[in-house]
Amino acid sequence: MPQNETIQDLGLDEYKYDFVTETEPVFRAEKGLSEEVVRQISAHKEEPEWMLEYRLKALDVYNSKPMPKWGGDLSSLEAVLDEIYFYVRPQDQMERSWDDVPDEIKNTFEKLGIPEAERKILAGVGAQYESEMVYHSLREEWAAQGVIFDSIEDGLKNHPELFREHFGTIIPMHDNKFAAMNAAVWSGGSFVYIPKGVSLDTPLQAYFRVNQERMGQFERTLIIIDEGAQAHYIEGCTAPVYTTESFHSGVIEIVVKKNARFRYTTIQNWSNNMYNLVTQRSMVHENATMEWLDGNLGSKLTMKYPSCYLIGEGAHGEIMSIAYSGDGQHQDTGGKVVHVAPHTTSSITSKSISKGTGRSTYRGLCKVHKGARHARSNVECDALLINDTSRTDTYPYIEIEENDASVGHEASVSKIGEEQLFYLASRGIAKDEAMAMIVRGFIEPIAKQLPLEYAVELNRLIEMEMEGSVG
Amino acid sequence: MKRRVGAVYPHLTPLFTPSRFWDLKRRIILDKRAERLCASPENRMSDASILKIEGLEAKVADEDLPILAGVDLEIGKGEIHAIMGPNGSGKSTLAKVLAGHPGYEVTSGSVLFQGSNLLELEADERSQAGIFLAFQYPVEIPGVSIANFLRTAVQAHQADGEELDIFEFSDILTERMELLEMDVTFAERHVNDGFSGGEKKRNEILQMAMLKPKLAVMDETDSGLDIDALKVVASGVNTLTEEDPEMSILLITHYQRLLDYIEPDRVHVMVDGRIVRSGGPEVAHQLEAEGYRGWSEADSVADGV
Repeated sequence: MPQNETIQDLGLDEYKYDFVTETEPVFRAEKGLSEEVVRQISAHKEEPEWMLEYRLKALDVYNSKPMPKWGGDLSSLEAVLDEIYFYVRPQDQMERSWDDVPDEIKNTFEKLGIPEAERKILAGVGAQYESEMVYHSLREEWAAQGVIFDSIEDGLKNHPELFREHFGTIIPMHDNKFAAMNAAVWSGGSFVYIPKGVSLDTPLQAYFRVNQERMGQFERTLIIIDEGAQAHYIEGCTAPVYTTESFHSGVIEIVVKKNARFRYTTIQNWSNNMYNLVTQRSMVHENATMEWLDGNLGSKLTMKYPSCYLIGEGAHGEIMSIAYSGDGQHQDTGGKVVHVAPHTTSSITSKSISKGTGRSTYRGLCKVHKGARHARSNVECDALLINDTSRTDTYPYIEIEENDASVGHEASVSKIGEEQLFYLASRGIAKDEAMAMIVRGFIEPIAKQLPLEYAVELNRLIEMEMEGSVG
Repeated sequence: MKRRVGAVYPHLTPLFTPSRFWDLKRRIILDKRAERLCASPENRMSDASILKIEGLEAKVADEDLPILAGVDLEIGKGEIHAIMGPNGSGKSTLAKVLAGHPGYEVTSGSVLFQGSNLLELEADERSQAGIFLAFQYPVEIPGVSIANFLRTAVQAHQADGEELDIFEFSDILTERMELLEMDVTFAERHVNDGFSGGEKKRNEILQMAMLKPKLAVMDETDSGLDIDALKVVASGVNTLTEEDPEMSILLITHYQRLLDYIEPDRVHVMVDGRIVRSGGPEVAHQLEAEGYRGWSEADSVADGV
């Protein structure tokens, strides 16, 4: 089949989140990153002095660290960052009811289906527009049990001790250049606390929307799951398509305490002009379970490696990721599991699909520290290539310091075969549908873990992406 | 099952629904095209004929490797034909060429399916028109359940734009599986993924039962089956032909033993890309006794297809 003839019509043009809302921000900092911008952000948020100091120190760290030379192509990023607005304040306060959110902004989220999802399937919703959370709400029943689901700013304001105990401890500002950048200019994101023994039976969701051109979004999320508690948090992200590049760099810190269980699901579908450089890490205590379910569909370049530090005996970490790279996209994703305590277990399952000139990279680390006796880990990464021009690479790093660790790694690369397509065609199934079916089957083990609404949406996206992918 | 009634029973079709209209129109266009392409009177086939192959030559695409060297074959409605022949004689290639495999290129000859030029259609259109290929090596589609796969396939066989009723589909699937004595949980397994040889072949028969083709080409369906599995598969095929006496079958096999369970009307022997002998079931017995040794073009006695 002449698969390479068809690259030109691999329409990624049907990105349905490509709409812009006319809004007038109440404040917008000057372009680029400077001490003044950092001070302005802190002043607008009426932060305590220690936070301003923290930010300024982080700015120094950011400036002192070189641009990473590994991962995706960041060569033009510095020029992009000079043109980016690091802080855009869309409205003066965060609302608790959609009725109070300004109509233009509310309509944006209506189009994205957020209020409807909130009514149907969610325990709580946060919505970020540009640099600030514009809406946050939690069902009364959970609030009554002591659950906190708030903007990160209100977390700092209303729960200063809990906030300060954990903030920046899981991902210190020195961790990497973009963690330092986030620490300097963070704005928006969620603060979540699930009290001991409380089990949320429906997910919390935060939705991140970038609307303006040349916008930088730097949300910061801190999640604390206390002993024996259970919860599921979903993050969704979209932006309109602009000709200039935008930038998103979040930091997500998670603590899962003894016997607790937490799942963090991301469905990132940024437009293809977005640099998406995110640091996500969890500390997993004794007999606790942390699961990352990471879906990366959009963006120009994503570098994201959710990680589990298994610091308590019997802790379990699981990372499941799907990456889709269309024309001109690069998904450099994977996961890190670090075994520190004995009898810890982990698994990484990564599935990537590359189409057209898309490139998917699996980059992962499995580390077993001295003292982490009887650790067990399994890594499986499968890549599917749609066209001859598609590319995939695998970089699995394995570092073992204990003799009795059991670590498995499997990798596979497959192409959609002519025989598969012919088999489906011989049953009357047209090529586009056949492609979509094969791709859906490929990601099925992970997609079935998603809440139904998201799985349906994912399938729909794949169908859309596969239209016209073979000639 | 809502099938393309317009294609099967044109006289029963309400003429003025848009989908029926387009379906008919497409058929007329195809028929006209076929008429134009095969206008000579001797190319016309009788009403009772479903498939007519004349002088078919084909090679592996992108290579200069001819495999079919002038195949002539006509199959009547409701007939069961068998093609036997040694390895490499071109039997499986014929099956794939009929189904529209893109890896082969037809260099000469014609194939009429229900009077229309089959070679103009893509593989999926051929399936929709009523051709089914039971694969010698069914392909694995990991992560896709048989139920989902079949639903998509049956939907593709619906007249344009007609939405398959999912409950109706589900009922039919259950009924078909019962007919073929299959466990209903089979439908939840992923297509051919980790199946035994017997399971793969039974899955082919299930697909055939769901798609109800007019012509089923069965490519070495007996290979790799033990005698019990062979009986199950053969009885499935026999059930389907009893149910639809108009369905035609082209069996491709090495061995007589399949023909003990599915009785052919005609047996053809293929050697070096051509049919060198045709006759009744006795040809198969003769082959079984004598082997293919001695069959060559020189002593071929094609007794008038």
